[in-house]
Amino acid sequence: MAAMILSARGLTRHFGGLRAVDGVDLDLHEGEIHALIGPNGAGKTTLVGLLCGRLPVQAGTILLGQQDVTRLPAHARVARGIAYTFQITSIFPRLSVFDNVALAVQRSGSRDLKQDVFQALSRVNLADRAAQMAGTLSYGHQRLLEVAMGLALNPRVLILDEPTQGLASGEIAGFKALVRSLVPETTVLLIEHNMDVVMDLAHCITVLAFGKVLAEGTPAQIRENPAVQDAYLGTSHA
Amino acid sequence: MKVWALHLAVIAGLGAALFVLPPYHVTSLSRIMVLAVFAMGYNLAFGYTGLLSLGHALFFAAGVYGAALPASYLGVSAGPAMIGGLFAGAVMAGAVGLLALRTAGVSFMIVTLMFAQAGYLTILYFGQVTGGDEGLVLPETVRQLAGLDLSSETARFVTALVLFSLGLIGALLIVQSPFGRVMVAMRENEERSRMLGYNPFVVKLAVLALSGAYAGLAGAAHAVLFGYAGASFATIQYSILPMLWVLMGGAGTVLGPLIGTALMFYIIDLAGNLTTATLLVVGVALLVLILFAPRGILGTLRERGLRWLP
Repeated sequence: MAAMILSARGLTRHFGGLRAVDGVDLDLHEGEIHALIGPNGAGKTTLVGLLCGRLPVQAGTILLGQQDVTRLPAHARVARGIAYTFQITSIFPRLSVFDNVALAVQRSGSRDLKQDVFQALSRVNLADRAAQMAGTLSYGHQRLLEVAMGLALNPRVLILDEPTQGLASGEIAGFKALVRSLVPETTVLLIEHNMDVVMDLAHCITVLAFGKVLAEGTPAQIRENPAVQDAYLGTSHA
Repeated sequence: MKVWALHLAVIAGLGAALFVLPPYHVTSLSRIMVLAVFAMGYNLAFGYTGLLSLGHALFFAAGVYGAALPASYLGVSAGPAMIGGLFAGAVMAGAVGLLALRTAGVSFMIVTLMFAQAGYLTILYFGQVTGGDEGLVLPETVRQLAGLDLSSETARFVTALVLFSLGLIGALLIVQSPFGRVMVAMRENEERSRMLGYNPFVVKLAVLALSGAYAGLAGAAHAVLFGYAGASFATIQYSILPMLWVLMGGAGTVLGPLIGTALMFYIIDLAGNLTTATLLVVGVALLVLILFAPRGILGTLRERGLRWLP
């Protein structure tokens, strides 16, 4: 088994009486594509919010490599290699596509800004749109720009929050190829509703329900797991 | 290239104005250039970074007194006095920022306004030193720069032009640098910027200190070039004015502050010949602007095709 790159123990986040994330353990192995699935409201986005620092942790610890990052603010975690792409597209609409990616590239330290920006843009096939205002891109292209910004940070762990939402089926094939090309240099944590994408891409799947880990395993194991079928697919084994 | 040519042409045009304008307008233009430095600093914070401060009078006044107090009491000459004013503005803005930047939006406006009012009252309280409402007149002996007498028309204009040019080129370099891109990113989407690894507090604090340095330099220059320091420079009026200048010229454009300052200056000047209700004229001008060109003059031009304007 590859070394652990991100390791969370007992992560907890309650909103009033709602236990959004309730004592979750999660291990990401270096170079894998790890999917996080679960019904709506299972706590997936809250969990990755804790991992990347958008939400403060109430209890538990997060290790990035050997380093404890539990108390670090989000921007400091990004600097150490955790990148997050937003579920609801969050780009800079009034800046050019080039500037959007340049912001990420210059943060990760670059000798040739222009070249690195175009390299990140070509990976998502947006290089020919570099001069366009990001806000005028189609929704699918904005999603890809969001991913390009994450990539351009050269992260150790890239968290993709529902990246294929709103993509056309033709774009999804290209997206899967893109994610596959990222590993093993980068470790990917993928939150995804599209089961075809998950089963196709993931090496390991964690299933979340009501803020707790319901199951973890390979796609085949998860597919066979009756508890997952109950919770996630709504089937009943009464 | 085009960008640099335009900005250098503006500087050259201002220089040429010295030889063609009558003395009255030369004095006006000197004052406009000094105030435009103030506006450029305000624009870095407000126009580019989205920090709407109502406390810039404090940073301007820090520059005025940062230069005027050492000049009046210690006989410090104009050059060092202006550098002192620049640092006074930057330090004051940094100190205010440390507290005020814990807030955002309307709260930030209120907190900065309160700091500025406290500063104004402090100047009045120490009226025996600061001159309070009556102010201080700087002695001719300290208004010297490299052997030039700054109370003379030409020396004053040239000094103002040099400071303005430095401010303009500095602003252009900043907004076109990678840091300038981060400033705009903070204005457009702070949360996304944070998730790209930028610490919003540190970026905004740096910008505010920079903006304060511009305000401080402008205040100091105003003091030594026009020979007067007074509490009136710390009033709310001097926080509102740079905002109006920037809005009129175009927030987030490098040349907008100059255009806005000059226009507003002459609107008030011309209105003053016709009526005592100059503020009414200013109000009408602003209403027209907001209704027909809400992005200011250069902002509107940029929208209408001059997209390369920085």
